[in-house]
Amino acid sequence: QKVSVEVLDHLEHLALVDFRDSEGVERLQKAIDFADQLHEVNTDGVEPMDSVLEDRCLYLREDDVTEGNCTKELLENAREKVEEYFVAPPGNIPLPKLEERETFLQGS
Amino acid sequence: LAPWIPVVGLEIHAQISSNSKLFSGSQVQFAAPPNSLVSFFDASLPGTLPVLNRRCVEAAVMTGLALNCSINKKSLFDRKHYFYADLPAGYQITQQRVPIAVNGSLSYILCIDNKMSQMVTKTVRIKQIQLEQDSGKSLHDDTRSQTLVDLNRAGVGLMEVVMEPDMCCGEEAAAAVRELQLILQTLGSSQAVMAEGQLRVDANVSVHHPGEPYGVRTEVKNINSLRFLAKAVDYEIQRQIEELENGGTVLNETRAFDSKLGCTVPMRDKEGKQDYRFMPEPNLPPLILYDAKSLPANMNHQQVINIDWIHERLPDLPSVKREKLVEQYGILPEHSFALLNEDGLAEFFESVVKQTRMKPKKVIGWILNNLLSYLKQHSLTVKESPVSSFLLADLLNLLEKKEISSTAARQVLAELWKGEGKTPLEIVKEQKLELLQDQKELEEICQAVIDGQENE
Repeated sequence: QKVSVEVLDHLEHLALVDFRDSEGVERLQKAIDFADQLHEVNTDGVEPMDSVLEDRCLYLREDDVTEGNCTKELLENAREKVEEYFVAPPGNIPLPKLEERETFLQGS
Repeated sequence: LAPWIPVVGLEIHAQISSNSKLFSGSQVQFAAPPNSLVSFFDASLPGTLPVLNRRCVEAAVMTGLALNCSINKKSLFDRKHYFYADLPAGYQITQQRVPIAVNGSLSYILCIDNKMSQMVTKTVRIKQIQLEQDSGKSLHDDTRSQTLVDLNRAGVGLMEVVMEPDMCCGEEAAAAVRELQLILQTLGSSQAVMAEGQLRVDANVSVHHPGEPYGVRTEVKNINSLRFLAKAVDYEIQRQIEELENGGTVLNETRAFDSKLGCTVPMRDKEGKQDYRFMPEPNLPPLILYDAKSLPANMNHQQVINIDWIHERLPDLPSVKREKLVEQYGILPEHSFALLNEDGLAEFFESVVKQTRMKPKKVIGWILNNLLSYLKQHSLTVKESPVSSFLLADLLNLLEKKEISSTAARQVLAELWKGEGKTPLEIVKEQKLELLQDQKELEEICQAVIDGQENE
């Protein structure tokens, strides 16, 4: 079962990845096929494990103020700042629709 | 024309009242210099990890118990992904699969036709309560075409309370949220001040004909007061009905409430249906809570949260307090409702009752009709009242002893309101408001008046 162009386009939108060329898409397809081998295992009645930490104790921290007050340090990373605020574009700039952007996916 | 049934559900985000954030040790405080209450984790710098704040868990458990929920002894954390400038990590840590509390209920009071004397109790089911992170704040600067981001709020603990679509209009929604607000304030789990963004409400609204399936719903955001909540919900119900009756359709969209125009408008920046790609939070094991039975023997106290211990220490909820006031003081349910509806008023009332011989049933009139209306006229809280419970009790004692009439008492109260430091007795003497009790003196006055009449 091949990964469809719609799904690839959806992924590029959501995760802002760029499959760039057919090699990138092929690599994705191969990774999915490899992972599909997991379906050969019968997991009826088995609770899924989603973390190797599942038996660990979740550490609870006391409600004390121990961090913060490092505005200068944090803003060192900012390319642009205005009076100690980070600056961002006015809103999300969505990836243009498939028809409108230059991607090899168009040809698929 | 077939009747329409409006259906209203609510998603309420309450900021947890705690010193530090949900997963980091930076301070929680309203109105601080931008980006001063931000740790490396809050700014999503690489190499940082979330560490759960015990107090936030306790707040959620308290709230769940107060709302009659089942507390999940094992709950899980997940990542909800979306891109926005005020969400530096690109995802929010929330509880999507198994939240901390489920299946509760909230009873609230509705006044029929706005008459306090006709109160009806309604119930709304609570689907769940989940712990999650708040995002930072975006300030939109349209003139320079940029957004300024302050991460002080990023990572603050939130309780999302999801109310099932059991409500049918703006009034019910506002009344339910008001009761939730009072409960949260009584518990102390959230200060729930809407104006400071500590309580944010999103409404889900749809309409359908009886017997037909539910209609398409819209989500209404940007509601920052109870009044606007009622308006926004009612407007949206009407808008949908009109749209459908004119042969149009209702889109499954997110709309914002415009308080100036009193209407809802489609929200910008919504690029179709969001796919949040939920995944388990890999850095946090399951959250395990205990009760008296399951308490582990050898664990460090500080690492254990005992649901039963919290349950035993829950304060009286507003509904219980109201009943107690009615029982203890013989006042009407609508009186106790009004007492609890104003912060500090019930305590003020009880304090006055303690200091006066006047019956509580009479005191309540002075509290609700006189004191409260003065407070409202001058936009003051009970705490800011220039008339203390001591002064009011003093005044009511004069009235009770029949040293002054009730008309005179109202005059004295007006004078006391000026807050010039005079006692009720001083004002009575100043304005000569004493009631004459002496029979002989009264007879003399009446005789003089009659004599005066005869002379004309």
